[in-house]
Amino acid sequence: MTALGALFYLLAAVMLAAAGLAATRRNPIHAVCCAVIAFLASGGLFAVLGAPLPGALQVVVYAGAIMVLFLFIIMLLGLPVGAGPLPAARLALPAVLGAATFVSLFVLAGADPAGRLPLPAATAAPGNVGAVLFGDYWLAVEAVSILLFAALAAVLLLGKAKRNPTDGGKPA
Amino acid sequence: MNVPLSHVLAVASLLFVIGGVCAVARRSVLMILVGVEFMLTAASLAFVGGALAHGNLDGQAAAILIMGLAAAEAALGLALLVHAKRGGATADIDGYDRLGGQ
Repeated sequence: MTALGALFYLLAAVMLAAAGLAATRRNPIHAVCCAVIAFLASGGLFAVLGAPLPGALQVVVYAGAIMVLFLFIIMLLGLPVGAGPLPAARLALPAVLGAATFVSLFVLAGADPAGRLPLPAATAAPGNVGAVLFGDYWLAVEAVSILLFAALAAVLLLGKAKRNPTDGGKPA
Repeated sequence: MNVPLSHVLAVASLLFVIGGVCAVARRSVLMILVGVEFMLTAASLAFVGGALAHGNLDGQAAAILIMGLAAAEAALGLALLVHAKRGGATADIDGYDRLGGQ
């Protein structure tokens, strides 16, 4: 096994363990910190799979911006804090359904014989990714930018919603 | 690399299932959003693995687009949560059972 292959399995184990911890912690701050570790490991996985630009963006956007936003919201709202893992009874049915989903996905992924060939070790230059993104996928980039603008407008609207005096003080 | 594509897809589907279980089993709106983020990351991972296997960059472009989508989704979801908390609601999903009205 090459060093890259060993790094892939190591990062995958770290990511899956951190994601599993994040899914089962009742304290939201612990859960979000575990999720940050999972997203950092997934950024490393992207880099190992030859995608340094998505890997760096994963660290900057997910672990750096989105999860910090989650932590900020938890601290701003003072969400109730539980201790320890979730009760097993509540996890049982979703875990059974999830296991069935995983088995069917695994069978689907393993059905392709080409999927058993070892992947080549390649690295994509960020400039080439940008050329593909803004060349072949310019329409999708524009759609995402409009989506982000719509989200920004909606967040501003929700943040500025004033209390309506004729409605018993409920927010408009 | 010495890693077959099926192993990458297995890791991605395991992360997807963990995110799905997190989104279904948790009652806090915030943890449901975290579960959805895990599912989106799993999709990006499958895209990046597919890009390496097929030797083109379309999958990496899709992963970057998914990140923009996830950023918009997280921002809007958290703003809705803050708005609901300001209106007196809890962060517990069991309380969200009305389409309109209060």
